Amino acid sequence: MAEPILEVTDLVKHFPVRVGVLFKRTIGHVKAVDGVSFTLNKGETLGVVGESGCGKSTLAQVLMRLEPPTSGGAKFEGRDMFAMRGAELRKLRRDIQIVLQDPYTSLNPRMTVGDIIGEPFEIHTDVAPKGSRRRKVQDLLDTVGLNPEHIHRYPHQFSGGQRQRIGIARALALRPKVIVCDEPVSALDVSIQAQVMNLLGELQSDLGLSYVFIAHDLSVVRHLSDRVAVMYLGKIVETGTEDQIYERPTHPYTQALLSAVPVPDPTQRGTRDVIRLTGDVPSPINPPSGCHFRTRCWKAQDICATEEPELVVRAGDHPSACHFAEERSVV
Amino acid sequence: MTAPLLEVEDLHVEFRTRDGVAKVLNGVGYQVNAGETLAVLGESGSGKSVTAQTIMGILDTPPAFVTKGAIRFNGEDLLAASADRRRDVRGDGIAMIFQDALSALNPVFTVGFQIEEQLRVRRGMTRKEARARAIELLDLVKIPNAKNRVGEYPHQFSGGMRQRAMIAMSLALDPEMLIADEPTTALDVTVQAQIMDLLREIQTERDMGLILITHDLGVVADVADRIAVMYAGRIVEHADVYQLFRAPGHPYTESLLESLPRLDLKGQELKTIKGLPPSLTNIPSGCPFHPRCPRAVDVCKTEVPANHRLGLDRTSACHFAEEVVSRG
Amino acid sequence: MSDPGASGAGLERAAASAVGDLSHVDDSSQKQGKPRSLWSDAWGELRRKPTFIISLVIIFIVVVMAAFPSLFTSVDPRAANLDNYLKTPSADAWFGYDVQGYDVYARAIYGARASLLVGLFSTLLTVLIGSVVGIFASYAKSWVDSLLSRFGDIFAGVPFVLGAIVILTTFNSPTENPSAVRIITQVVLSIAVLSWPVSMRIMRSATLVAKQQDYVKAARGLGASPLRIVFRHLLPNTVAPVLVYATIALGAFIGAEATLAFLGIGLRPPVVSWGVMISESRDYFQAAPHMLLFPAGFVTITVLAFVILGDAVRDALDPKSR
Repeated sequence: MAEPILEVTDLVKHFPVRVGVLFKRTIGHVKAVDGVSFTLNKGETLGVVGESGCGKSTLAQVLMRLEPPTSGGAKFEGRDMFAMRGAELRKLRRDIQIVLQDPYTSLNPRMTVGDIIGEPFEIHTDVAPKGSRRRKVQDLLDTVGLNPEHIHRYPHQFSGGQRQRIGIARALALRPKVIVCDEPVSALDVSIQAQVMNLLGELQSDLGLSYVFIAHDLSVVRHLSDRVAVMYLGKIVETGTEDQIYERPTHPYTQALLSAVPVPDPTQRGTRDVIRLTGDVPSPINPPSGCHFRTRCWKAQDICATEEPELVVRAGDHPSACHFAEERSVV
Repeated sequence: MTAPLLEVEDLHVEFRTRDGVAKVLNGVGYQVNAGETLAVLGESGSGKSVTAQTIMGILDTPPAFVTKGAIRFNGEDLLAASADRRRDVRGDGIAMIFQDALSALNPVFTVGFQIEEQLRVRRGMTRKEARARAIELLDLVKIPNAKNRVGEYPHQFSGGMRQRAMIAMSLALDPEMLIADEPTTALDVTVQAQIMDLLREIQTERDMGLILITHDLGVVADVADRIAVMYAGRIVEHADVYQLFRAPGHPYTESLLESLPRLDLKGQELKTIKGLPPSLTNIPSGCPFHPRCPRAVDVCKTEVPANHRLGLDRTSACHFAEEVVSRG
Repeated sequence: MSDPGASGAGLERAAASAVGDLSHVDDSSQKQGKPRSLWSDAWGELRRKPTFIISLVIIFIVVVMAAFPSLFTSVDPRAANLDNYLKTPSADAWFGYDVQGYDVYARAIYGARASLLVGLFSTLLTVLIGSVVGIFASYAKSWVDSLLSRFGDIFAGVPFVLGAIVILTTFNSPTENPSAVRIITQVVLSIAVLSWPVSMRIMRSATLVAKQQDYVKAARGLGASPLRIVFRHLLPNTVAPVLVYATIALGAFIGAEATLAFLGIGLRPPVVSWGVMISESRDYFQAAPHMLLFPAGFVTITVLAFVILGDAVRDALDPKSR
């Protein structure tokens, strides 16, 4: 019984590109997020995967209401997120939190760990009475596996993995329902990455959290996600359950992406289905007409340049935005 | 057997800073033959990049000091060579490419100029010859429309193209050996695959020795012949790629493999390595991995394990190497 | 070529950075005490720094000198005795006499007040105006930001001396003899008006950088108000460059006061200031170097004390330097 907690419909975020000294002219738009729709259910992890410039981080910012959307809507527990003001918005801030990628810049270097994790309580003074805050901060440190006695230390006294735990503790402070994880493990070493991923998994089952898990690493996304959305140049090109996307991908981009990931098993050398794309991701300022992927696609035909494929079920059992979608197992 | 192209022997490097002495390398040794790919695998601070920079002679002294060891390139000890001689070897003998192509290329010169400069200075080519050669090189690394792009600046290139340009630059003087320091880490997967293909192709064609420094076990499995696993400035395991992935011979390697999420496996449980990599100013006694090792016993805390031979060209610096490998 | 580990996702940080970075493992037990903050930690750090103490003592002495000059000398700085014309230092007059037969020591003591007032207030005002406008500009809409920046450029573009001449002669006709308070205020204001764009630029760019940091995003995501972001997150991280500028500016402003005095549009006799003294010594430097050396020495020591103080405070506010 899937109960939606976050429903995003046709979300668009364009950034104007301006030039000029005093009076700036707009010469174009970066179409960072260009019509994205998805639903996140309670207690579920939605993986959002894509390469740099696909708009996944912008999506996170818009969902956190750090950037206003250009158009489109999002409902949190059935209420319009972007219309919220005042007290309602403050409540929303408590319900949706973010864990950021870079453990080095996501913590204020001039605040102690206690102040960093305690800041949510200072902003939302009604959550915890003043006297209990220190206790709460120490509990949070304990929850994320850090020594509660370290509240007087500064971020630089911790390693990357520990800092990421501090960031997670800060996000947990207000007992959110949804956490947007923007590449939470991509800056970490392999041995530390697993620790943080396991922590995120445990917290989810203990606290009933829902995650929007944004990453470029397909293996990491597979490990944590129930459902996956693949993004390319601001659009979701394919979406489905973890199994559908990884075992039966139908969009050529998904297939290429999966086949490009090296598998840590030398015996598979040369036996895997290798799809090599040519070139880089085009600029989101001026994406190709029709299907954005057509310039790198081996299946591209005339229709791909003129008609934008809808994200609907064509082949297989899940939606895919390709005119020529067909299943192909590449993993 | 002929002598290896590059031989690093018992290399010790320390960083002397205000805060104390960090023993960054503590007896690193490996060999690379022509036409062979050695992957050096390790996490941050394991010393994999420092080893490469010591080979290249581009470490800043101070703070870095080589306290012991030898680096032999074609039999010649580079550490004993003069600064001039070392400069000659750089680029001509051994070239290096870096993770971040954007900062490794000078933003105020065109890509072409940066390739041509070496050719003119080191090969005495004229402007015209150097330009022609630069275009050839850019063609070689599959930069489309090389003739026109040779005059562009680094920022006009995309991430993948910049990495290609850097590879072209490193190949300009036809080095016998290439060191690639995390060449694909900053790139997207689809581009990463292209660059790895390119490196592999160029290496085979030129019969170059390649040291691939990386933290990515997937990349290693895909391209390496042999692997040296580094931890706290030591090589803890050294093995053929197939052997290592089939049966790791050191608990650290074993744990690394188990902690990796796999694209092709579903719902596996991730084992973690407890704790953190050690501080290089305060390396644990005995085996440096013992505080994090699941099978550590008393002897690990007191005695530094020697390199145990586990067959031809395979070693593991673990007191229980035989046991670990037979379990796999 | 550049340091290969310097950028990227931090996956392979060069060992050099690892050295400084791995201090987290040593478990030097930090005492559990009262909740601490950046400021209290900084204070604890400063108290133990000899350079901080020394500079503070020097500044204290100069301030006392400015407030109660009679504690240091019983000689009247305006008692001219032409018999003592350019006499060199002696037991009677430690610093000798100047061209008017004034006691240089007494004048150097009495000169502290005007110099310090001009230096401190111009610096304070400059930094304050600059910082407020800088933070505001970095937060404002882009056209407001451009407008403020260009507006600042207008002031920064005016040569300092020319600007000061225009301002000061507009408010004082050459014949009139304004009071000390009035002229000091005017000098301070004209310095501030002509110098604030520098600190504005520093503040604006520091704020723009800090604003982009992820911790600001995280704070906004928590619902932090703009004021909280400015005071808790931005200011502590932008104060360092401004502080460095302020300590340098302080010296420059004391010097600027001297320049204006020399031109006859700033402080003028009978007001005594170090600047006035230096400008008076100009023609007699070879005959009586002590006329220049002593007031210049006072300026140097005072400025140095402020520079050292600024350095110490900046270091103390950076947890990484501990």
